[in-house]
Amino acid sequence: MTAAEDIEKISDTDQTDLKDRRSYIKTIYNASTQKKKTFIIIMTALLLAVVVVSLSLGSVLIPAFDVLACLFNQIIPNSFTLSESYFSNIIINGREPRILLCILTGIALGASGTVMQSLLRNPLVSPFTLGVSSAAAFGAAMAIAFGAAIFGSAYYGIVEIIGISFSAKTLITILFAFLFGTLSMVLVLIISKNNIASQSVLVLSGVVVGYLFQAGVSFAKYVSDDAALREIVNWLMGGMWGATWSSIVFIVPIVLVGFILLERRAVDMNTMSGGDDVAKSLGIDVRKIRRNLLIVCTLITSACLAFTGVIGFIGLMAPHICRILIGNDNRYLIPASALMGAVILLISDTVARIIMSPQELPVGILLYLIGGVFFIWLVSRKNGRYLA
Amino acid sequence: MKLSVESLFQGYDGKTVIEDIDFQANTGNILSILGPNGSGKSTLIKTLCNLQDPMKGQINIDNRDIKDYTREELSKILGYVPQYYNYTQFTSVLDTVLMGRKPYINWDYTEADLDIAEQAMMRMNIVDLAPRYINEISGGQLQRVFIARTLCQHPNFYIFDEPTSSLDLRHQIETMKIMREIVHEENSGMIIALHDLNLALRYSDKILMLSKKKIYSYGTPRETITPEAIKDVYGVEAEIIENERGPFVLSYDSC
Repeated sequence: MTAAEDIEKISDTDQTDLKDRRSYIKTIYNASTQKKKTFIIIMTALLLAVVVVSLSLGSVLIPAFDVLACLFNQIIPNSFTLSESYFSNIIINGREPRILLCILTGIALGASGTVMQSLLRNPLVSPFTLGVSSAAAFGAAMAIAFGAAIFGSAYYGIVEIIGISFSAKTLITILFAFLFGTLSMVLVLIISKNNIASQSVLVLSGVVVGYLFQAGVSFAKYVSDDAALREIVNWLMGGMWGATWSSIVFIVPIVLVGFILLERRAVDMNTMSGGDDVAKSLGIDVRKIRRNLLIVCTLITSACLAFTGVIGFIGLMAPHICRILIGNDNRYLIPASALMGAVILLISDTVARIIMSPQELPVGILLYLIGGVFFIWLVSRKNGRYLA
Repeated sequence: MKLSVESLFQGYDGKTVIEDIDFQANTGNILSILGPNGSGKSTLIKTLCNLQDPMKGQINIDNRDIKDYTREELSKILGYVPQYYNYTQFTSVLDTVLMGRKPYINWDYTEADLDIAEQAMMRMNIVDLAPRYINEISGGQLQRVFIARTLCQHPNFYIFDEPTSSLDLRHQIETMKIMREIVHEENSGMIIALHDLNLALRYSDKILMLSKKKIYSYGTPRETITPEAIKDVYGVEAEIIENERGPFVLSYDSC
């Protein structure tokens, strides 16, 4: 449409036409909101379906009816009888914590990836690229390689928390991963302190901090004996072996509170897409929000990664898929990406669990494969304006 | 409402970009800031919007220092359109316009917010673009989208940094005309950095001309836009001609 036609249109517009146009905007808004809500509902339903499938698959195949019956029994005890009584033990103590850990990790990574991308206006940012994963890996590698030397015999002891006993070794590894994961963002924020408003400095600091910690991981690998090296490698590949009910009890509140904090600031993040100056002029304290929300993201991802090891790409992949499908409004994008992350991770883990049964494939390997192919597709699309 | 600037100095890394700026803008008026590239127009605009703290001097709104206002208060008083635009792909035009309602909402938009967005979009003639993604529209359309966003904000002062730079001739004139209407209807004020002397001459009530970091002149368009001033400030020969539609600036090659 030429400009001349454009202007003619405005002068030709009579009152009735204006009324039509009026309803037009509301129709558009409501339709797009409805679409986003529907997408979230579909993702929730999909997630529940995948949960049931995943609960039934494994070395022992459990019929879907028994899975549902068992889930129902957990809400109202003894309302159904299972066809085999040991099914309930496999489901509740074997598969459920693992599936919940997948879901929580997927939520944490999907939501944080979205938020980090929005806060830094950079489509390549994720907990992975900002160094959180490398730092958590460094913490874990240090604990595995030097734990015995630092903590002495206590390292091989048993610790009891909320009635469940852990080996001190596992606990120290988890703790170190969590602490270093969190520390990485503090470090990034300190490095870019004077430039916190400039998101490119922040991203670069994240990448550099990531490399520093990777150097640390390499060092730990280099000086480790064979047994420790194997453990470090396992941790780096990521997996859901760390899933226990006590880990879930630890993660649930962190992820839940973190998610609510992020979602509450969704509109503020929307305004940041217009640039820092525009966001400021709309009354947003850009500096504060960027700092606080990055810390929230780091806390929830570190909490999950401490149990799972390095899980890559979800934080990058889930938000991008959702952006393409429902657009950029963080109010809906954050929950959608969280669900998408959970679905992707749960499907990947289920496949990893059964593909080489009775052996397991580390889920990280599968994710790198899927993520890598996805990423190549993303950047090489004909309509590649996406990353411009 | 009155926005007054008192002996303002602003700069970066200890070097001043503008010095000793004094002027006053009132609601109901359009004040244009003129000056060559690098004369500090954008710096002045950003300082007025409280995006950068001044090195020296102060800015008052109704005799109260803007530093004493909260962010939320200021966001309802000052509406800013930057010279360069940032945006994220896959953001719809409607969502972008609705951002302007942020000072009035927390998480969700009401019917009233949608009505206000719609009026703003009608004024800028971008209603048809509402569902499009912001990366799919032209530079001129983008500029009108961002102006519409600021209209939604219902500020007392519209502060625009070269809002007509990507617009074609017709939309430049349309935009200025609409903004003048809005300023008169809402009794709001407008402070606008401009390059086009003819637009400034035709649509401003007051002109602030910057040259070499300082105010060169401050007054009505006819007082300030003169061949001498254009020669001094821009280094270009010019004459002002007058016909039945008003005065026009003609500029010439100075060699």
